[in-house]
Amino acid sequence: MVVPVIMLGVMVWGIACRVDAWSTLVEGGAQGLQTAVRMVPSLVGLLCGVYMLRASGALELLEGLIAPVLGLVGIPPETVGLLVVRPISGSAALGLGAELIETYGPDSLVGRTAAVMLGSTETTFYTVAVYFGAAKISRTRYAIPAALCGDVAGFLAASWAVRWLFGI
Amino acid sequence: MAMSWIWVVMVGASILCGAATGRMDAVAGAALEGANAGVELSLAMAGVMCLWMGVMRVMEKSGLVGGLSRCLHPILSRLYPQHRDDAQVMGAVSANVAANLLGLGNASTPLGIRAAQLMAQGAGGVASDSLCMLVVCNTASIQLIPATVASIRQAAGSGAAFDILPAVWLASAVSVTVGIVAAKVMARVWRE
Repeated sequence: MVVPVIMLGVMVWGIACRVDAWSTLVEGGAQGLQTAVRMVPSLVGLLCGVYMLRASGALELLEGLIAPVLGLVGIPPETVGLLVVRPISGSAALGLGAELIETYGPDSLVGRTAAVMLGSTETTFYTVAVYFGAAKISRTRYAIPAALCGDVAGFLAASWAVRWLFGI
Repeated sequence: MAMSWIWVVMVGASILCGAATGRMDAVAGAALEGANAGVELSLAMAGVMCLWMGVMRVMEKSGLVGGLSRCLHPILSRLYPQHRDDAQVMGAVSANVAANLLGLGNASTPLGIRAAQLMAQGAGGVASDSLCMLVVCNTASIQLIPATVASIRQAAGSGAAFDILPAVWLASAVSVTVGIVAAKVMARVWRE
């Protein structure tokens, strides 16, 4: 319900602002398609790695080791790989998240939590590198620790929000 | 570079673990299966990505970014008190946040970088409190419609791919609030 209304609203607003809404929609769509195509090689490489990890039993091993700690704070232990990779690489996190969503189902607790984690956090180290690099800053002071506090809070909040809002 | 290492560690761990558990055949099969899954996933995501990027482009062209950044100005001048009266910095920061909210990553990064460069002028390579705040705010995702994630869920056969929106908003709000509070607290106690 929300999504169609937003789409309609944006299009009507666009027309009201004298924008050729349809051509703009199509033009943006072409960009979206390009993004999807550009993702193919990195997703192939990553899912190749992630599938191997899962088949070898390494992921279960890691989950087993960290599960008690994560379980204590309410984070599904299956998401451990995602937690580690999320601040470092956006495409790796996307690959791991997609694999979790596929394996456990998009409407499962793990699938939903992975989706919310992906949607509510950013690739922290990449952003830090881009911004400080462009501004020629070498002493970053407390920027990284503060940003990581935000990430940890995001992971916890994602797990709790899914449990609370979906009652599973 | 980081990516290369992540990949090497992933595959190395798989081979070690596979050999130890005698599942080498499964690991070899999984490598090819994963490659296929990568293409399938990208294709399955393409539709939703196309649609949302199109809608976002209409938002951008019809001036929603500009309008939103004017609304954000009063809040942001509290976050960056040192630059309150600097129209150039505040303009770039507001537009950066507006583009982030709408999920226009390609538009928000150049704006944020412009703000960062202005803030860094004459600082001699040391990050000011404002610059730290800017980076912390950009490392937290405040996107209102997480289109990529929704398209993954759609591709995996979700009944309602966008039903995670309230949870995403809640988690984003908590994450960005904790980041801002952490930055404000650390600004007081941080010693070089």
